[in-house]
Amino acid sequence: MTTATTRRRGVARFVPAVAAVLGLSLVLTACGGSDDEGGSGDGGNGDLSVTFLPKNLGNPYFDASSTGGEAAVKEFEGTFKEVGPSEATPDSQVSYINTLTQQGTGAIAISANDPKAIGDALQEARDAGTKVVTFDSDTDPEYRDLFVSQADAKGIASKQVELIAKAIGDQGKIAVLSASANATNQNEWIRLMEEELKANHPNIELVETVYGDDDDQTSFDKTAALLQKHSDLKGIVSPTTVGIAAAARYLSDSQYKGKVALTGLGTPDQMREYVKNGTVGSFALWSPEDLGYLTAFASKALIEGDIEGKEGDTFEAGKLGEYTVGADGVVVLGEPLEFNKDNIDDFNF
Amino acid sequence: MTSLLHPSDAPAQQGTRTYRDHQRPLWQRALLNRDVAVWAALVAVYLYASATVPFFDRPITITYLLLDVAPILLIALPMTLVIITGEIDLSVASTVALASVSFGVLYDKGTPILVAAVAALLVGVLCGAFNGFLVTVVGLPSLAVTIGTLALYRGVAVGLLGTTAVTDFPDAWTDWARGRIGESDIPSIMIPFAVLAILFILLLHFTAFGRGVYAIGLNEGAARFSGIRVERTKLILFVLTGVVSALAGIYYTLRYGSARGDNANGMELQVIAAVLLGGVSIFGGRGALPGVIAGVLLIGAIGSALRLADQTADVINIVTGLLLVVSVVGSSALGWVSSRRRRRGAPEPQSSTTKTGNTLPDTDSPVGERERESR
Repeated sequence: MTTATTRRRGVARFVPAVAAVLGLSLVLTACGGSDDEGGSGDGGNGDLSVTFLPKNLGNPYFDASSTGGEAAVKEFEGTFKEVGPSEATPDSQVSYINTLTQQGTGAIAISANDPKAIGDALQEARDAGTKVVTFDSDTDPEYRDLFVSQADAKGIASKQVELIAKAIGDQGKIAVLSASANATNQNEWIRLMEEELKANHPNIELVETVYGDDDDQTSFDKTAALLQKHSDLKGIVSPTTVGIAAAARYLSDSQYKGKVALTGLGTPDQMREYVKNGTVGSFALWSPEDLGYLTAFASKALIEGDIEGKEGDTFEAGKLGEYTVGADGVVVLGEPLEFNKDNIDDFNF
Repeated sequence: MTSLLHPSDAPAQQGTRTYRDHQRPLWQRALLNRDVAVWAALVAVYLYASATVPFFDRPITITYLLLDVAPILLIALPMTLVIITGEIDLSVASTVALASVSFGVLYDKGTPILVAAVAALLVGVLCGAFNGFLVTVVGLPSLAVTIGTLALYRGVAVGLLGTTAVTDFPDAWTDWARGRIGESDIPSIMIPFAVLAILFILLLHFTAFGRGVYAIGLNEGAARFSGIRVERTKLILFVLTGVVSALAGIYYTLRYGSARGDNANGMELQVIAAVLLGGVSIFGGRGALPGVIAGVLLIGAIGSALRLADQTADVINIVTGLLLVVSVVGSSALGWVSSRRRRRGAPEPQSSTTKTGNTLPDTDSPVGERERESR
């Protein structure tokens, strides 16, 4: 006794099934599962494919590092791929590492969301013959072949001291606007900056370190509080891209613009207008493009067996020249770049 | 579970929805069941992806898939019951994080790991009891309460550990959490999950308590008058949700070897999405566990197929989002259309829960069809 109506009711229940299959087939065919070279099987030894797995996609910093990575891979005629989660969480990275383990890629170039949580998945990938290079943010050394570091802590600290000293004429009171009170890398930089100030800049006094938690509004408010509290403050150093941008925004609309110097680590895109309107003289950061470029060449050297990641191994990195692997399998990109009104328009990240 | 009632307009068995299916044989009813539809979708997606996506047809795909969705599978069990009563619990992912952090901090301070695990489960009980207390004793809406506790539990979790993580758990435990059952490709976590799934299926579908859960969702007032202890039932469900979330938190911590305050960020929405996709009505009173389990696996399978096909995270989000919208909106819209058509045409026999006094025999009379066409 099924009639038109009851049949339609039945169809209604199958909506999810139909939708699922249709949706999947649409996506797979429209975007073409282009990598149908399924034959390669168990990971690429000697296969020059490098997959970049940043902390998250849609992040300008990692867009730039992947651009550099892609340029390098083109140069040595390998296969470049970028995959990643939309949120910077370790568990989502694990799913992507697992997927790459199955597909087999020559090397995974990854910026780790957690030093430990993704270790097991990386180990599985390595067991299948994939090389693992971390960049920007490391895992425990046992889980990877190499770590490409943006700059060593000492280099970052001394660069910032140099910039602030230049901006305030090597004397006066300065303050630091950091991210969070327990951010390992920030605290290390601040400690080294203090040492450097004591040793070589006796007339500069670091009066206070405040924390903006890498939150725009908090950093903005802390900047305001700093300036009210220390009326004779000459300069602020903010070794975090969120902090420096918030501090610059506060300064540029205040009476302190041009009177209180600001420097630190920032990206050219965030800081462009403040450099142009005279709020900020100069700031520093490494080039994420070069970081990606170097990472890709390090991956290539590992895949081809030129290096194993031991201390003292050397490899060629295209236009960047020759690099040597340091202790614990760390390769350092080099000195941070200084950005000022003369060169800021050459960069786009 | 549909009842095998005599085809008459006798009141439907308590706890089941009004079906007009007494004129259809059982095999047809089974085929048209929403749960079966979700399982069918899962099988279809699996076969389709196996045929078109490289590497998808390997057993290891299933291993990774189950490892990834295990916490969602676990939490979806009690969440299904909560949503069937017409309530919701948005604080589950924060409970996962709080249990994870408690477990990690206690272990880090030298507590034996077993004691730390039990303590983490107790934290889950407390989280659930607090939600349940505010909803049942104070009488606040669960949506508002659990939005609050979502922030509260997450805040405490992050506050306890800051941006640090506890990472050195004993290998025996982490290996188990990442391990497989013997030589098979099935992760070990599936054993506790299977036990819990059976318990929850028995509880919901084969006990008076479970029928009470449906009754509360269909009509809370009526349930109260027929002697169901509404508050007690809801309190039990919130506590169960808290405990299972804590269990998922311990598993999560061991699987990733890392107790962090931001663990399982956003998982509450993944759980609720899977439950709704599995055919549970957000208005309460409808749904079944087998469909929910298929719903979780379906979302996981689509995600892993798309990842293997080199799609980005955004595409995966778009596809699963659309799937959810289409399935929820689609079925209720079609359901609404046909129920309107029924109301205008020939009415159906009424169950004990909704009585309109209309006792015309239910036939899909051509009148209804004609009326619809003439509009």
